[in-house]
Amino acid sequence: MKIKWVSYPYLVWMMIFVVVPLLLVIYFSLTITDGGVTKFSLANYEKFFEPIYIKVLLRSIYLALISTVFCLALGYPLAMILASKEMSRKNFLILLFVLPMWMNFLLRTYAWMTLLERKGLINTFLSYINLPPLEILYTNEAVVLGMIYNFLPFMVLPIYSVLRKIDPYVIEAAEDLGANSLTVFLKVIFPLSLPGVVSGITMVFMPAVSTFVISRLLGGGQFTLIGNLIEQQFLTVGDWNFGSALSIVMMILILFSMAAMARYEKDYEGGGLW
Amino acid sequence: MVKNFLKKFYIFLVFLFLYAPIIVLIIFSFNNSKSRGHWDGLTLKWYIQLFQDPQILKTIYYTLAVAVLSSLVATIFGTAAALGIDSMTRFRKTVVMNITYLPVLNPDIVTGVSLMLLFVFVNIKLGFISLLLAHITFNIPYVILSVLPKLKQLNKHLYEAALDLGATPFYAFKKVILPEIIPGVITGALLAFTLSVDDFVISFFTTGSGVSNLSIYIYSMARRGINPEINALSTLMFVSVLLLLIVVDRRMSRDKMKGENRA
Repeated sequence: MKIKWVSYPYLVWMMIFVVVPLLLVIYFSLTITDGGVTKFSLANYEKFFEPIYIKVLLRSIYLALISTVFCLALGYPLAMILASKEMSRKNFLILLFVLPMWMNFLLRTYAWMTLLERKGLINTFLSYINLPPLEILYTNEAVVLGMIYNFLPFMVLPIYSVLRKIDPYVIEAAEDLGANSLTVFLKVIFPLSLPGVVSGITMVFMPAVSTFVISRLLGGGQFTLIGNLIEQQFLTVGDWNFGSALSIVMMILILFSMAAMARYEKDYEGGGLW
Repeated sequence: MVKNFLKKFYIFLVFLFLYAPIIVLIIFSFNNSKSRGHWDGLTLKWYIQLFQDPQILKTIYYTLAVAVLSSLVATIFGTAAALGIDSMTRFRKTVVMNITYLPVLNPDIVTGVSLMLLFVFVNIKLGFISLLLAHITFNIPYVILSVLPKLKQLNKHLYEAALDLGATPFYAFKKVILPEIIPGVITGALLAFTLSVDDFVISFFTTGSGVSNLSIYIYSMARRGINPEINALSTLMFVSVLLLLIVVDRRMSRDKMKGENRA
């Protein structure tokens, strides 16, 4: 088939709605408007290197990393159990596992607000059994909890699908050759599951580092991640130039970590650029 | 034995973690009292309030209108684009696929902000039209990514054979290519529809006053604090998702059985 032309409307569309907007962001990030005069300047990026903003970036990365580690620690055993051959009704369990993901993610985050509230269900329960109340709503802990809750399936599913594909004879061979179960795990199962682990880490870290909703709802108003900072610059402060610079920083952060991760993924199917 | 029990217990704990918040929401949507601490008898008043709220009905209308229109347009553009991309030379394909992956990989907030800048720059009023354009834009790549694998599986000579037998290109497309790739097209369309219904971040930046979808509405309600009406809404959405999945699952297992019978 030589019908290249049918994709031209799409290419035009993507030029207008993907490439041009990104160029606009770059343009805004590189200019400042002073008294009606727009000129090129690196002031927006300089502003980003002020300690308060660097701190915001570091906090975003830090919280996203913690959530990723927790997701991996919780998700890997789960994926292993689900993939193990003794587990019956696998498909049903997987369906049950992804079902909450189909609910609007704002509602899932909101659900934690109601649970963690000072007079919420968890605290009512704790006071019932005479334990001190848990006051973590509007703190770092609540934000990390929200991230783990929302992104755990993104860690489990890729690991599960890789583990399912491991040839059971490879494991049996290792056992026949005298490896105990720890050695089998460390030398056979884990190395073979690495592609799944890598894509799980990518799929949890990316949305976690760029979120502004979870931090806004569970972290309260005073709490700021880089996503919140971008949102504020555009919607409340109105400093589009600084907001654009922040967006570029976030984009570079995401695309670079993705490129770094993609090196470890064997069956990565994408363009060659990222 | 013990090991098996521990495994099941672990699964149970994770499922408890995943479902407890949702179940609590559902139970408390029937609670008469507005406070969450105590139970004050069954009621349906939050559901009634929800449906008497003109704001929310408008929101549902906008959500569905944008989802249907954007997935429809994205499916047409995306399928055509996939056909074109499939017949491109290697180098061009790489370039085009990189542009296609851009909105998929870029953080939503950057996509949202960049589109907002575009709309403001070219003077499109932020509202229904800008929302629709934004949704089409982030939906097309997902349609392409669902159709392309089907095109790869396709036997290239079928189309040529149809042309040799006297079919016009359009007729050959309709009768030969389309039936082969239709599962991918449908998957893409459904994916686009769900993504559109579920989207918050991009919509948040590209819509204007008066036009909001469900996600934006929930966000603005949740920001003001706990509200039992949201519980009622969550329950309804959870139940509809559950029903949808059951139907899809049934259909899939029936198709599978049919396939096995045929074979």
